[in-house]
Amino acid sequence: MSDTLTMSEQEILDQIQQETSQNRVFLYMKGTPEMPRCGFSNQVVQILNHLGVEYGARDILVDPRIRVVLSEWSDWPTIPQLFVDGKLVGGCDIVTEMFQDGELQGLLGAE
Amino acid sequence: MADLGELKTLIEEALPGATAEIVDQGGGDHLAAVVVAPQFAGLTRVEQHRLVYAAVQDRFDDGSIHALALKTRAPEAT
Repeated sequence: MSDTLTMSEQEILDQIQQETSQNRVFLYMKGTPEMPRCGFSNQVVQILNHLGVEYGARDILVDPRIRVVLSEWSDWPTIPQLFVDGKLVGGCDIVTEMFQDGELQGLLGAE
Repeated sequence: MADLGELKTLIEEALPGATAEIVDQGGGDHLAAVVVAPQFAGLTRVEQHRLVYAAVQDRFDDGSIHALALKTRAPEAT
């Protein structure tokens, strides 16, 4: 993961588009999968880890502009945001509900 | 402090045919809603939630709501 601090907002947006298109499953979160810094982000990490899917992640706390650019682009106000196949699946509530319904397992091919 | 009845009306008017049940989860500004709307058919949950949030955006903007946890679905096909 490259450092965003020297990037322009356009470059941050380019990077977001690259991350969500080049990784089948990608999570924007507070903290890292190894050390989540928010309960909602942690819950999504726990679900993904439980399902054993491979995913990329970016810590939005390292540069406040990431969150602003991301939310403007995705039209979704809160963090975490989980993307699958380049599409926003949802935040903690939606991901949790889809996990409980078994829908997320189907989407991720992790039965 | 949100007016739960007004929020229900805002959602149901924005989505004709919808039913919204709203409960206070604490403090009067952390709410949860279950919304069933025919407009949700074929939409992802993200798209469904966006429709509901758009209906009550003014109440977020004026500070009367801080959080609205949503459960959304289309009505069962009959």
